[in-house]
Amino acid sequence: MHPRRATFWALYLLPVGWVGLFFLVPLVLMFALSFRADMQGELLGLWRPTLDQYEAIFAIGSYWRLLAISIGMAFIVALMAVAMAYPVAYFLVFRAGRAAGLCLVILMIPFWTSFLLRVMSWKFLLGSEGVINSFLTYIHAIAQPLGGLLYSRNAVVITLVYVWIPFAALPIYAALQRIDSEMLESASDLGARPWASFWAVTFPLSLPGVLASFFMVFIPTVGEYVTPLLIGGSRGSMFGNIIQDFFTKAANWPRGAALSMVMLAVTLVLVAIAARLVNLRRLLE
Amino acid sequence: MTIGLQSVAALRRPRVLPIYFGVLVFLLYLPLAVLLLFSFNAGTSLSFPMQNLTLHWYQRLFDSPEVLRAARNSMVVALSSGTAATLLGTAVALLLTRFRFRGESFLFALAMLPLVVPVVVLAVALLVLFLAIGIDRSLLTVAIGHTVVALPFVVLIVTARLAGFDRDLEDAAMDLGAHYPKVIAMIILPLIAPAVISAWMVAFTVSLDEFALALFLAGNDATFPVYLFSQLRFASRLPVMIALAVLLMVATLALVLLAEWIRRRGHRNVTDTR
Repeated sequence: MHPRRATFWALYLLPVGWVGLFFLVPLVLMFALSFRADMQGELLGLWRPTLDQYEAIFAIGSYWRLLAISIGMAFIVALMAVAMAYPVAYFLVFRAGRAAGLCLVILMIPFWTSFLLRVMSWKFLLGSEGVINSFLTYIHAIAQPLGGLLYSRNAVVITLVYVWIPFAALPIYAALQRIDSEMLESASDLGARPWASFWAVTFPLSLPGVLASFFMVFIPTVGEYVTPLLIGGSRGSMFGNIIQDFFTKAANWPRGAALSMVMLAVTLVLVAIAARLVNLRRLLE
Repeated sequence: MTIGLQSVAALRRPRVLPIYFGVLVFLLYLPLAVLLLFSFNAGTSLSFPMQNLTLHWYQRLFDSPEVLRAARNSMVVALSSGTAATLLGTAVALLLTRFRFRGESFLFALAMLPLVVPVVVLAVALLVLFLAIGIDRSLLTVAIGHTVVALPFVVLIVTARLAGFDRDLEDAAMDLGAHYPKVIAMIILPLIAPAVISAWMVAFTVSLDEFALALFLAGNDATFPVYLFSQLRFASRLPVMIALAVLLMVATLALVLLAEWIRRRGHRNVTDTR
């Protein structure tokens, strides 16, 4: 065998085997599981495939409502995170000057601290006896603790936006950095006012970064279950939480598997849309 | 920066953007600062007014065997999954940049997919797999899961590095009759070492921080985030947990900054030798 070909297979087999066994096979197993009627019998045994779970899911409106709500929440989170991150990226590229590198590190540090910790810190902040309420009571700004800060969909959205902002700034930062400064100069030479040249030149040129950033927040947020678990309570739960429930408390795995397939399908559709709008490989170069 | 660029970028109130950046950074750090502050608070509840300052909770930390065990477990999982993900991801990166083959984009897609598949779906799917093939949940199952989620990060970091330098050295070595495995070992690996190390550290950090998979895949032996989560119910345990979380935060941060420093240093060395 040609030595280069031998090297190819040596490099190829282990990663593909690993990802196949611990990523593709589990998803295929879940797909199979979603066609079971119940939890009777061996996990790998044979059973008669049925569409019972999918029929049940289609009939139950609350699943679809929760799915729509989760997608809506993720959309709002992504929109807010991008809108709030854009001026930061703009500042870093065009204004920070020599301090840009340092500012970027300062911005990213919170993103590299524990995710669970950052989510938890909001629980302590928003709780009825938490930091915000006790502080406001302590300085006599309010007489009664404000209820409803925690355990709501708003709390989940706020926390997720907070968690994502530094990350959302990165693709926008990369896109803004790539803008040819001559373009901006010629816009100003031609007499464009700052705002006009921003909307006519800078923003359109940064759009790939904006879209990348939007989808990099939107897609994982649709499947989020940890933040609602900690911050949302029962009133703030998302679609991921019912999947989790069916594999833990409710112990109806086939239903959970079918719901997982619905979630996976939604995610893949979003990825396909994102892939059409953003050239991921080009953005990485 | 040129004068023209500045005049274009100038808004009417030039101070707006720096102020916005300052406020946003303040808000980003506020929750973390509050945690840090209350880790020194003598009272057990996280509310104002604060009690006396104390290091009591940090002392208690080291008397508590379960806490230390959970921290140790996280280290073991992060070390093993970080190493496995780095080996696998570097192999994928070499394939993507140094070989032409059918299914190249399939391999890229496969390596990137763990980034987009919802974690809850991957978690329950792995749970089903391990049950089906009769592997009990343990630190091993957590580590396997973490290898899968860390893989895309390694592939991205190492691929970027491999694409970044030209192949003159490799070609020269091949012309002189070196076999390709030798070229990889003697030329490519030393050149990409900084990226590989930095990828390893990112994979390590991803695992150390990972909670969503670990919650499903950890057996009785919890990793630190899972243990932290299980202790949230007990208000009296909270200050000790926060103290530990602060320590973990500092450790993670040090590692990330070190990884970034190594990556940049390596980058500079290569551009210098050109």
